Amino acid sequence: MTPAIELIGIDKRFGAVHANKDITLEIAQGSIHGIIGENGAGKSTLMSILFGFYSADKGEIKIKGRPVKIKSSSDAISFGIGMVHQHFMLVDPFTVLENVVLGAEGGRLIGPALAKAREELTRLARDYELEVDPDAIVGELPVGLQQRVEILKALFKGAETLILDEPTGVLTPDEADHLFRILGQLRDQGKTVILITHKLREIMAITDHVSVMRRGEMVATKETKKTSVEELAELMVGRRVLLRVKKGKAKPGQVVLDVKNLTWKDRKGVARVDNVSFTVRSGEIVGIAGVSGNGQSELLELISGISKPSSGQIIFEGKDIGILGDPRHVREEGLAHVPEDRQHRGLIASFDASESGILGWQYDESLGRGFRLDRQAVVARSKKDMLEFDVRPADPLLRSGKFSGGNQQKIILAREIGRDPDLLIVGQPTRGVDIGAIEFIHRRIIALRDEGKAILLVSVELDEIRSLSDRILVMFAGRIMGERGPEANERELGLLMAGVSKDAA
Amino acid sequence: MELYVEILASTIRYTVPLILACIAGLWSERSGIVDIGLEGKMLIAAFVAASGAAVYGSAWIGLGLAILTSVGFALIHGYAAINQRGNQVVSGVAINMLAAGLAVVLGNEWFREGGRTPALPPEGRFLPLEIPGISALADVPGLGAVVKIFFSHSILTYVAFILVPVTAWALSRTRFGLRLRAVGENPHAVDTAGISVARLRYMAVIIAGVLCGIAGTFISISLSSSFVRDITAGTGFMALAALIFANWRAWPALGACLLFGFLQASGTFLQGKHLLGVEIPVQFINMLPYLMTVVLLAGFIGKSIPPRASGLPYIKDR
Repeated sequence: MTPAIELIGIDKRFGAVHANKDITLEIAQGSIHGIIGENGAGKSTLMSILFGFYSADKGEIKIKGRPVKIKSSSDAISFGIGMVHQHFMLVDPFTVLENVVLGAEGGRLIGPALAKAREELTRLARDYELEVDPDAIVGELPVGLQQRVEILKALFKGAETLILDEPTGVLTPDEADHLFRILGQLRDQGKTVILITHKLREIMAITDHVSVMRRGEMVATKETKKTSVEELAELMVGRRVLLRVKKGKAKPGQVVLDVKNLTWKDRKGVARVDNVSFTVRSGEIVGIAGVSGNGQSELLELISGISKPSSGQIIFEGKDIGILGDPRHVREEGLAHVPEDRQHRGLIASFDASESGILGWQYDESLGRGFRLDRQAVVARSKKDMLEFDVRPADPLLRSGKFSGGNQQKIILAREIGRDPDLLIVGQPTRGVDIGAIEFIHRRIIALRDEGKAILLVSVELDEIRSLSDRILVMFAGRIMGERGPEANERELGLLMAGVSKDAA
Repeated sequence: MELYVEILASTIRYTVPLILACIAGLWSERSGIVDIGLEGKMLIAAFVAASGAAVYGSAWIGLGLAILTSVGFALIHGYAAINQRGNQVVSGVAINMLAAGLAVVLGNEWFREGGRTPALPPEGRFLPLEIPGISALADVPGLGAVVKIFFSHSILTYVAFILVPVTAWALSRTRFGLRLRAVGENPHAVDTAGISVARLRYMAVIIAGVLCGIAGTFISISLSSSFVRDITAGTGFMALAALIFANWRAWPALGACLLFGFLQASGTFLQGKHLLGVEIPVQFINMLPYLMTVVLLAGFIGKSIPPRASGLPYIKDR
C-alpha cells in the first residue's frame, strides 16, 4: 500500500542550528506512528514543515505517492493534514462551533456552516467518543475537552492524517487513556495518526511504528512490537540512561516542615488550597503529584512566602512562617525555593547568568556592603557554582536567557542549594530539561536528601515523582487526596489524581 | 426652540464623529491593532475635506479625498504595526503628530490664512437633508420636536448611525467578522487555520481609515464650514474612551458615544451658566466624559476586557 506520507531528505537550518538533517520517513496509511526524541531533537520542526509552518531548505514531501509542495497551513489542510498543537490554537471567547468553523466557513455568511458543523459534531461524537457541547465557550472548558475541540477542528476540515504534538502533557492519566481510545478508533477507521512525544509509555501503549530522533537526525524507525522502552531510551540519548535514579533508603529525622490546615482562597473566594496538612522530615523527599492546576502552584507560593495563607499554619523549624508573607524573610530562615516557572520566577532572561545566580541573595554581605554590589564577588561566586553544577557554557557573563532549559535550571539549583538550606521546595525541576540534565538534577536532589535535608517536590511528571519521592501525596482540587509510598502503581495514583479516592469511599 | 430639543439635536450632532471614530477603532482593535491614531486620521481628513471642497467646490470630492488620505495614514500605521511589528502606540502617536503638523503647514502654504481653510459655500458642505414629507412636519406641535431631534441632519449622520447595526451584524454573522474577531484574540489560531493574519489586519485598518475619513469630513464641512487648527479637539481620544467603556462592542459603543455626545452638548449650553453662584468652568464640562470613563470602569461596570492579542505584533514562530 502506498504510504500516507513520505518525507524524503528533509533538511532545515535556523541560522547556526541544524534542526533537521536529511530526514527520510515513511508513514503507513491507517497506522499510529510515534515520533520520539528529547526536547530540541527536531520533532516539532519536522512536523511544522509537514504542516506548512516552515518550508524545508531541501527535500521532498509525498502524500499518497504524489509529490506535493506545502507552502502554508492552508496547503497542508487541503492535502488532508490536520495538526493538534501542543499549545492549543483555539480562540478562547468563541464557542466550540465557532472554533470548528473558523477557516472552513464555506461562504460569506457563517450561519449555514454553523448548522452543518453542529450536525457533523454529533456524528463525530458518536463515531469517535468525541463528545463536547457545541455551544460551550472554549475558554471555559477543561483542557481535555479543549484538546477534543482541536481534534474536531481537524476532522471537520477533512483531515486524513492527524499530527498530535505532545498531546498528553496537560492531561490526567484517565483523560490520556480516553485520548488513546479516540486515536485507536481513528486508526481503525482508516485515518493516519502521527504522535509526537517524549514519553516512552505512550509510544509503547498505542503506536504501531516508532521513529526516534536525536539532535536533528532520524536515528531509527522500528515496529513498536519489536522494540522495548530500554532500546528506545538508548536510541534517544545515544547512550544507556538510568530511567530510575539509584538511591538508598531514606533516613527520616525530625519534622522540618509542618503544614497544618492550610487554606488559601482566591479573590473569588474559591479555596484553591483547601485544608491541607502534611509534614516533611529531614532526610526525606516528599513528592506532590497531581494534574497541573490543582493547587500545587498555590501551595508552593504559600510555603515560599509569596502569598499569605487565608488560614492555617506553616511551621518551619518550630516557627510559623506563614504569617511572614515575605519570601525574603522565609529564605533567611533557611528555606530554598526552586520555582515552577523558571522563565518567570526563577531567573531574569535579560540578566547575566551571574546576576540571575544571586537573585534573592543580593543583600548578602559576601556580595557587597550597603547598596553597593561587588561585581567581582558576584561573578566569582557564579563561576564556582557553574563549575560545580556543570553549567554549560560556564560563562557567568552570558545572558541567562541564552542558556538551554537544563542549564538555566542548574543555575537556579546552584543558587538555591548553595546557601545550605534546611528545606528545599522545588517545583517541576525538570520541565523542559533534556535527559542528560534531568539525570544530573535528580542526582543532586537525592544527594541533598542524603545530607539530611528535607525536600518537598512538586511535579506533574508522575515518573519523576515516583522515582524520587520517599512519600507521595496526591493533590486534587486543592486537597490532598491521599498518601502513597513510592511503590504505588500508576493506576492507583492516576485515580487519586482524577479525584477518585478509595480512602474516602 | 425649546432647550431640550436643542440639546438633544446637538447631542446627535456631537455623537456622529464620536461613533464613527469609535466604530473605526472597534474594527481595528477587534483585529488586534491598537489605534491611538484615530484623532490624527480624523484631523487630516477634516483638513483634506475642507481643502478639497474649497478647491473643487464639491462636498463629495472633499469626502472622497478625505477618505483616501485617511486610508493612506491608516496604511502607514498598518505597515508599521503589521509588517514591521512596530509598537502600535508609538506608531499611533506618530500619526497624530504628523497629522497635526501637516494640516497646519499645508493649510498655510495653500491658503495663507494662518492654517485655516477658506469658508465654504453651501454646495461645498454637507448640510441637513430635506427629507420629503418629514421635514414638512417640523412645525407640527409635538411631532416637530421629534423631527428636529432626529431628522434635521446631514447624510453623514445617517450613515454614522446605520454603521452600528451593520458592524454588529457583520462581526457576528459573516465569515469576515468571525475571522476578524479570531485574529484579535488568537492570531496563531487563524494562521494555523490557513488564513492570512496580515490580510485580515490590513482590511481592518483600512476600514478604520475609511470611517475616520468620514468622521473628519463631518467635523470640518458638515458641523463647521472650514478647517481650523485642532478642530477635532480630542474626539478621537474620547472615542477610544467610549470603546473601552463599551467593551469593544458595537451597540454599547453607540450608547457610550450618545452619552459622551450628550455631555458635550450640555457643556456648550452650560457655558457661562452659574451653579451656586460660581461660574461652571468649561474645562470641567469637557473633562466629564473622561472622568466618567475612569469612574465607571473603576467601579461600576466591572472589568473591560480588550481583545487578547490587541497591541501585539504577530510573530509566526512558536
